[in-house]
Amino acid sequence: MSKTTIVVGLDGSDAGARALEFAKTQAKQAGDCTIAICYVIEWSPFSFQTAEENEQRHKRREEELSQARERVLDPAVAETKAAGHKVEGIIKHGDVADILDDVAKSHNASQIVVGRTGARGLKERLFGGVTGRLVAASSAPVTIIP
Amino acid sequence: MKRFINTGIAAAALSIPTMAAAQEAVSFDQKVNDIFASSTGWFVNLIFAPLPGTAFPWIVLWLVVAASIFTIYFGFIQIKAFGHAISLVKGDYSDPDDAGEVSHFQALATALSGTVGLGNIAGVAVAVGIGGPGATFWMVLAGLLGMASKFTECTLGVKYRNEYADGTVSGGPMYYMVKGFKERGVPGGKVLAVVFSIFTIGGALGGGNMFQANQAHAQIVNIVGDFPGWITGIIFAVVVFAVIVGGIKSIASVTEKVVPFMGILYVAAALVILIVNADQIGWAFGQIWAGAFTGLGVAGGFVGALIQGFKRAAFSNEAGVGSAAIAHSAVKTSEPVTEGVVSLLEPFIDTVVICTMTALVITISGVLVMDPATGNFVLNEAGTAIKTIDGSSGVSLTSAAFATGFSWFPYVLAIAVILFAFSTMISWSYYGLKAWTYLFGEGKKTELVFKLIFCFFIIVGAAAQLGAVIDFSDAMIFAMAVANISALYVLMPIVRREMNSYFDRLKSGEIKKHVH
Repeated sequence: MSKTTIVVGLDGSDAGARALEFAKTQAKQAGDCTIAICYVIEWSPFSFQTAEENEQRHKRREEELSQARERVLDPAVAETKAAGHKVEGIIKHGDVADILDDVAKSHNASQIVVGRTGARGLKERLFGGVTGRLVAASSAPVTIIP
Repeated sequence: MKRFINTGIAAAALSIPTMAAAQEAVSFDQKVNDIFASSTGWFVNLIFAPLPGTAFPWIVLWLVVAASIFTIYFGFIQIKAFGHAISLVKGDYSDPDDAGEVSHFQALATALSGTVGLGNIAGVAVAVGIGGPGATFWMVLAGLLGMASKFTECTLGVKYRNEYADGTVSGGPMYYMVKGFKERGVPGGKVLAVVFSIFTIGGALGGGNMFQANQAHAQIVNIVGDFPGWITGIIFAVVVFAVIVGGIKSIASVTEKVVPFMGILYVAAALVILIVNADQIGWAFGQIWAGAFTGLGVAGGFVGALIQGFKRAAFSNEAGVGSAAIAHSAVKTSEPVTEGVVSLLEPFIDTVVICTMTALVITISGVLVMDPATGNFVLNEAGTAIKTIDGSSGVSLTSAAFATGFSWFPYVLAIAVILFAFSTMISWSYYGLKAWTYLFGEGKKTELVFKLIFCFFIIVGAAAQLGAVIDFSDAMIFAMAVANISALYVLMPIVRREMNSYFDRLKSGEIKKHVH
């Protein structure tokens, strides 16, 4: 276990990649530091689904996990490891802001780094973007990379 | 004189083609209705045959006795586990590592979208229209008892579901009949599963399809004026075809999102009407109470109220029918009892809450004609139901009742009915398909055959008259209950063992809440 942990939220976007770069720089400065790279698949246990969707849910979940791992998480983890950092890859279903905060808590992280997601659509306007909610509820300092 | 005759003949000749066309349009719907009624009548009569020497259908007794036995056998599980059901739905006991799997909430919501719908709107109006407000009392009682039936079947549905290598799951009475009977060493499981599957296909085509199409058409007619039912039928059939055959998920997922909103809107509107008429709620409950035991002069007296109440409750919440066991079985849990407990909430929300609200609004609105001198209801000319102010029945009666509170409500209700009808059709097409593939095996071709039959029956349902459709729908759904409840009697010791083990571990702290 390292002295500190930096949690990075990855979403496959350029901003997410910049967040990871920023975290690497920070980790280097901190010395003994683990980078926990998190990929969250947006999901709510309170959504409405058809019986057919329920029947296939387990299968879809496995597909979602393996796709996210292959396309986003594994390359990022490998690249960061190659750069000489201690890395942990985490992939979960749920609410992005909640999950990032949970991971930060369980790792006793010194900060959370995320890329900025532009507010999109009516839903974002009504309920606030992911980053907005994370900043409002987080128990660790949050850095937002534009 | 001659000139006049000539003109007369000419006029008659001119009008002949239009008359003939009109007659043809009427007779197509009529033909469908006649063929349908004559070919299903014998089965309807068998299911609703009265007990010897009474007017009481044996099937109603069958359902009530079963629900009562389950209630006692499981120690009033509907009261004991009610609070636990709510914390399960909230996700208090869900393992965070299972995030992304089907939650208790989702399984419940899916099952509810199959049951909440026309049963609550049209079915209640039929019950109150024939049996009087007193039918509500029996409906609520049937709902409360039905919670125990639901618990039994849904626990079994999860316990004996099939989990396939590709990660999909499939469950339902067919599977617990076969596997459960084998476990208990009771013969006949396979035969019962086949019988149940046949009735499920009938139920899917009846209550899950024709009844929905029929009442949706009645609603549209109510708003835009009369036109032949087969037109509505074809439109519905095309949309359903696009979803279940064409795989256009967006239509289904939009409905899944709009339907809960419609449900909430419906309950909210009912609440507002009840609050505005708060001074009459006491009177309405008085009517329900008095009518439950005296009948207040309705068709068939107090027995009529009782039969209607129980029948419509069973049709609305489907407790003991077996359909819920199919819908609930996809949940992610290692404890089958948890889903049984969650499913308790279904008859409660569906019947005890929503149906009661509809019944109260109908009673308070004054759409049922009462004789001011005696305080009894006035029967219609045929003597088959209570006379209503505009002669309406079924969903139109509910519509008229809500219109006394909000004049624009019939439009909202029409949209709600169409959406409810649609989501119920999608749910039942799935139940029917599960039964169909159980009988004929899985495969693209056999599945397509069922889906085409399903779409065809939408047109039949929209064209036929309510009486024939409702009788057949009831008969099929109750026939499912005959097969399913027989299996529940055989398998209930297994459920009790599971239940005791689960609640012991819950009490001892072995099963803990997850901190979120």
